[in-house]
Amino acid sequence: MDDHDHHEDRRGFLKCMAWAGTGALFTMSGGLASSISLDQAAAAPYGTAKGFSFLQISDSHIGFNKAANPDTKATFREAVGKVLALPVKPDFILHTGDITQLSRDEEFDDADQILKEAGLTVFHVPGEHDMLDEGAGKAFLDRYGKGTKGAGWYSFDHHGVHFVALVNVVNLKAGGMGSLGADQLEWLEKDLAGRSSSTPIVVFAHIPLWTVYADWGWGTDDAAQALGYLKRFGSVTVLNGHIHQITQKVEGNIAFHTARSTAFPQPVGGEGPSPGPLKVPPEQLRSMLGITSATFVRGQERIALIDGTLA
Amino acid sequence: MTRLPALAGALALAFFSVGPAVVTPVAAAVAPVPQTVRIGNFTFGPTVLSVPVGTTVTWINEDDIPHTVVADDKTLFRSKVLDTGDRFSFTFTKPGEFGYFCSLHPHMVGKVVVKPS
Repeated sequence: MDDHDHHEDRRGFLKCMAWAGTGALFTMSGGLASSISLDQAAAAPYGTAKGFSFLQISDSHIGFNKAANPDTKATFREAVGKVLALPVKPDFILHTGDITQLSRDEEFDDADQILKEAGLTVFHVPGEHDMLDEGAGKAFLDRYGKGTKGAGWYSFDHHGVHFVALVNVVNLKAGGMGSLGADQLEWLEKDLAGRSSSTPIVVFAHIPLWTVYADWGWGTDDAAQALGYLKRFGSVTVLNGHIHQITQKVEGNIAFHTARSTAFPQPVGGEGPSPGPLKVPPEQLRSMLGITSATFVRGQERIALIDGTLA
Repeated sequence: MTRLPALAGALALAFFSVGPAVVTPVAAAVAPVPQTVRIGNFTFGPTVLSVPVGTTVTWINEDDIPHTVVADDKTLFRSKVLDTGDRFSFTFTKPGEFGYFCSLHPHMVGKVVVKPS
């Protein structure tokens, strides 16, 4: 099955999904995605003291106001509303970049203001749209970069899970895709070196760490080296944004997943003239925007991901 | 639009190659016609632009998404971020082939071929 088919299958699943009551819980194991109903999930030991959940929000593009979504603040606020409505309060939020459209202070301010309504700690990685200020990323790093290395990479531990935030949107080369760079790769190798292979790992970065569609730059040139360091771990979940749609792939013990945007959808790779914003009828927009909820259950190989729309 | 100056450049070159005794090349006497590269659908159009030395090239972003125009060596020229409708201009004063790209979407590449006058 190639990536394209996989995408279509996933979209098929998602058609019958909604937030309240009828959702499907995606678990990834054995190389194939499977889904169980939320009722079954409630009967399973999800949400027990040993496990925890967190959220991924991506590509809020605050400041974008073109036809594909004239009010990205409103849809971002709706996404936060979905967070507040979750039955189990997540421990924190990962924002996988493109917080803003143009890295302007007022855009960051607006985004922070709205995210604050969720009342949760937020961990950031920059998208290429967040490093556009005169200082080439200074605005982002001044705000979110405290304690990070280089262009903003870092790691932290939460209830035994190791989270790694990577930056693959700076120092990009002509004709290339996303890039991690030698310094960050060296740091990653060291960061992972002392850890037991049984430590569950979550890696998050803006641009996909596997090649979703090379002609549109949807991949990371030197991701293979990073994935090489991750290979020995029994459970690795890679969460990305950038492409404003859900795609997934499982390779060995590594599960890759991209989240929807809260701002506007983009076409499937290669379908359409460019990866630019996809304009859909207004009544369809919210069914193509959303957030991703992740649940970690101790003893389970895979982190379970639920993609919910704003519709 | 873009063919005329290229042709003028080629003609100037042809005059030179015939020999120094011939007429003064016309293209050298008049300022080269400014050229435009349109950025649309995540591509530079035209992708390859041939101009005589001294030509000012202006890039216009017509996409809904910001782009940049950065020389491959990242130093010869480097625009600020170009939002929809924004422009960036650079005057090419030396002959040669100058590749450039969008530093946000580096799969977007283009080239300006600058011919001697």
